[in-house]
Amino acid sequence: MSSLFTYTLRIADSSLILGQRMSEWCSNGPTLEEDIAMSNISLDMFGQANGFYQYAAQLDGTKSADELAFRRNEREFFNHQLVEQENGNFGTTMVRNFLHDVFNFLFYTELSKSKDETLSALASKSLKEVKYHLRHSSNWLIRLGGGTEESNTKVQDALEELWMYTGELFEMDNLDTELLNNGIAVDNSALKLEWDIMVNKTLVKAKLTRPEEVYMATGGKKGLHTECLGFILSEMQFLQRAYPDAKW
Amino acid sequence: MQSGNTKYIWELLNTVPDPEIPVISVVELGVIREVKFENDCLTISITPTYSGCPAVKTFMDDIKTCLTKNDINNFELKIVYSPAWTTEWMTDATKEKLRKYGIAPPSNIVICPQCKSENTTLISEFGSTACKSFFKCDECLEPFEFFKCI
Repeated sequence: MSSLFTYTLRIADSSLILGQRMSEWCSNGPTLEEDIAMSNISLDMFGQANGFYQYAAQLDGTKSADELAFRRNEREFFNHQLVEQENGNFGTTMVRNFLHDVFNFLFYTELSKSKDETLSALASKSLKEVKYHLRHSSNWLIRLGGGTEESNTKVQDALEELWMYTGELFEMDNLDTELLNNGIAVDNSALKLEWDIMVNKTLVKAKLTRPEEVYMATGGKKGLHTECLGFILSEMQFLQRAYPDAKW
Repeated sequence: MQSGNTKYIWELLNTVPDPEIPVISVVELGVIREVKFENDCLTISITPTYSGCPAVKTFMDDIKTCLTKNDINNFELKIVYSPAWTTEWMTDATKEKLRKYGIAPPSNIVICPQCKSENTTLISEFGSTACKSFFKCDECLEPFEFFKCI
C-alpha cells in the first residue's frame, strides 16, 4: 500500500461516513426544507467520497471504488471518529457537522494547493460545496444557541459531548509528514489556530461556551474506532456483503 | 459519421437536455469542457456540477445514446474535476431560458422570476436539487427556486 493511497483513502472514508450519517436524516428531518438540505449534504459527501475512492482505486490497481467502500471492515476504515458519532437530536448533528465543516473548509483550502494534481482538483471541487455546508451548520448553531433556553442547553450539551473528538483532526503521523515533505499532504497541525479562531467566533455569536480542555480521543488514522462505526458499516455494507457484486 | 468535425459534435451535444432542467442543454449548462478527436477516437471531457449530483450519471447515459444514435461509436467520456464547474460559464441567453422556466438564474441579486422584484427572502439554502436554493418573493408572494452561484 502506497502512502498516497492510504492518504487518499483516509479523506474518502471521512466523507463517506459523514455522508452515511447525514443520509439517516432523509425522511426524518425536523422540517421538509431541512430534510432536503441534509439529504443534499449527504449527496455532496458521497460524491466527494466517490472522487477520492476512484483515485485511490486507480492508485491501488486491484480494488474498485465500490470494493473500497463496501468490502472493508471497521479496522480498515480511517475516518475521523467525529464523523461516525450518532446523529442524536438535530442540534447534535449540527454541532458535529459544524466542528467538521470548519476543519474541512481549512483542509480543502490547503489541499487545493497540493502538488498532486488529482488531490488538488478534488479539493477545489469539494471546497465549493463545503462552504455551503459550513454556512448551513454555522447558521443553525447561531439560531439554536441563541434560541430558547432548551435549544441552547441541547447544543451546549452536544458541544461538550463531541469536543473530545476534535483533537484528532489536527494529528499528524509519519505518513502525513512524509507526504507533507513531498508537497502533497496538508499540515493538519497548522490548521488548529485558524480552526480555533473560526470556531470561537461562531460560538460567541451562538451564545455558547467553548468546552474546557478535555481528554482527546484518538485512533481514526490507525483504524481504531468508537462502537458507532460497526453499526454504520453493518447497515451500509449489508447488500454488498449478502449479495457480492450486486448491481442496480 | 463526420470524423474530426468537432463543431458537429458540439451541435449534437447541444440537443441533449439537462435531465432536471430540460429547457437547457448540457452544453448550455457548461459541463462539456472539451471535444476532441485523437486517431479517430472522440474524447469528450465532462465536469460534474456538484460531486454528488445524480443527474451526472443520467446525462452521461443520454450523451452515449445521442452519439450512438448518430452512428458515432468510437468515443470516450472522460470526467475532469479541474477547473471546477462554475455558474459563471453560463451565458446570458441560458440565464434568460432559466428565468422563463421559473428558476431565478445565478446572480448576486436574487430576482423573482415571475414579477422581477428584488424584494425576495431565502427560505432554505437547499432546494429540490443540489444546484438550487429555495426563495420566496415578498412582492408577488410566489415561492421560487434560485440557481446558486458556485
